[in-house]
Amino acid sequence: MAPQTSIGPGEGQLNLVLWDGYADKSWVDPFTAATGCKVSQKPAGSSDEMVSLMKGGGAGQWDMVSASGDADLRLIYGGDVKPMNTALIPDFANFQTYFKAPGYNTINGIHYGISLQWGPNTLLYSTKKFPNAPTSWSTIYDPANKGLLTVPDNPIQIADAALYLSKTQPDLGIKDPYELTQKQFDASVALLKQQRPLIKKYWALATDEITLFQNGDVVAGAAWPFQTIQLKAAGAAVADTIPIEGATGWADTWMLATKAAHPNCAYLWTKWVSTPKVQAMQALSFGETPVNTKACAEMETLSAGSCAQYHADAPGSYFNTIKFWTTPIATCADGSNNCIPYAQWQAAWTTITA
Amino acid sequence: MRPALLLTPPLAWFVLVYLTSLVLLLITAFWTIDTFTTQIVQVWNLDNFRIILTEPAYRLIIGRTVGIAALVTVTDAILAFPFAYYMAKVASRRTQTILFAAVLLPLWASYLARVYAWILILNHSGILNWSLQSIGLPAANIGYTNTAMWLVFSYIWLPFMIIPTYAALERVPDSLLEAAADLGARRWRAVLDIVVPLAIPGVVAGSIFTFSLTLGDYITPILVYSNIGIANNVPFAAALAVVPVAIMAVYLLIAKRLGAFEAL
Repeated sequence: MAPQTSIGPGEGQLNLVLWDGYADKSWVDPFTAATGCKVSQKPAGSSDEMVSLMKGGGAGQWDMVSASGDADLRLIYGGDVKPMNTALIPDFANFQTYFKAPGYNTINGIHYGISLQWGPNTLLYSTKKFPNAPTSWSTIYDPANKGLLTVPDNPIQIADAALYLSKTQPDLGIKDPYELTQKQFDASVALLKQQRPLIKKYWALATDEITLFQNGDVVAGAAWPFQTIQLKAAGAAVADTIPIEGATGWADTWMLATKAAHPNCAYLWTKWVSTPKVQAMQALSFGETPVNTKACAEMETLSAGSCAQYHADAPGSYFNTIKFWTTPIATCADGSNNCIPYAQWQAAWTTITA
Repeated sequence: MRPALLLTPPLAWFVLVYLTSLVLLLITAFWTIDTFTTQIVQVWNLDNFRIILTEPAYRLIIGRTVGIAALVTVTDAILAFPFAYYMAKVASRRTQTILFAAVLLPLWASYLARVYAWILILNHSGILNWSLQSIGLPAANIGYTNTAMWLVFSYIWLPFMIIPTYAALERVPDSLLEAAADLGARRWRAVLDIVVPLAIPGVVAGSIFTFSLTLGDYITPILVYSNIGIANNVPFAAALAVVPVAIMAVYLLIAKRLGAFEAL
């Protein structure tokens, strides 16, 4: 199925499944004014919910989804999203090289969607409890912090444990936290089961974690920069860091539903959110990093120093230090079928959090 | 003929919407999903049930769910009985009306608002810890624990236990108590030998509500505890959903034996 080669007139409507805050009035209103495409939004609470909503190619109900890397391959192999033509997105040429064809949304050179924004999964901590910044992910596995921790309620969290083990137990031979053999997988799951009694609550929504920190129910946890920004804005004594073991990260992609009823509006939207100005606005309002390198200057205009703060000007090598979410599949990088697929990650996650 | 005509629409609705969806749920439970694309594969098998029975995590979850539902039911029964007894047998008409309003008033407020109120009470910097500390006691960190679930559920479902218990006690004729007194039984003896056995069907009827509502509730656990989710695996979720349905079927059979349906 070849993607369309030109963008026709807008259909007047665009239905998006997205992360809360990904279609803010400040850039939706000018878009609707310019294209006539009215935007209706369906915020999803998790990647799993996004995959559920997009089942059956969006069933004609949803045109696009702002999927994160852990959902992408499921949507692609499930036939729910279709290839997109990057030639129709002028700003694609200005994208960070890494995000032009990352493995989680591009297969054999076919682009199933256009990269949007990304961010690292950071270690968030209370500066009252930790006057000296913690430097290692061991903080969230330390029994000394029993009942004072929170981590995301997301099976992909197993990759965070795997990343930690790849540095602390090198003999396990973990190279990629999303490609785990049975032995490596079992070790990661065992670590998380040890962590279970230390957890106050597994957070599902970013606001859950913010409430937990605000009320003093937890003092450390895995988070996104978004929570840090919100908490600091509310005057909470917190800070975040990327520990020495490195970090996992998410990267979102606008993907086009197989049964999209408004493909022209979808392309117009993708074109719009890829422009430096909108990329910068979304980056600063949500607390994430644009994929368009030209957005750096716009960020500086909106908030001086923000470009470097969010690593929007990072060199290509920086992206090797962040392990971006991808759907774990049975096929390992070496071509063998020894890796643990995502369904088993989900099943194991239930046994961890039970 | 007339009653049949009247009954047909609601009955058709019940069969179509309620029973059909239950049957569909049951059928789905025997299917499976493609582990990668999470699309449903319509191949008949018992894998979902085998996993539920063999995987310790699910036994733990089911055990904990039934345990909390039972604990909430017992707690509510113990709290509701003296309250309902006072309402039915001791209080004046006027007091009775006030108590009735007090029992039913919380039901006017949103369930969600009441659960959030409990989060504010139980969390680390909440009213409970603040009160304890102000009288020099150590903080009780029960927010986001099983204790929190037990407390909140017991509070939320209490009216559903009080009302049927009250209805059963109301029906106990005063003449029986007078007769017992005439025959020389003390008050507590009469309550134990006459009132309690006659009130049991009402308590059991109330327990159907407290037990089944706790068993099937999703919102309170996700807010005051943590979440358990079976995302994207509809057949497995269906199989897991069969468990509470089966538990409730057994529970209702026992309740029927104890005469709960006559008390409703």
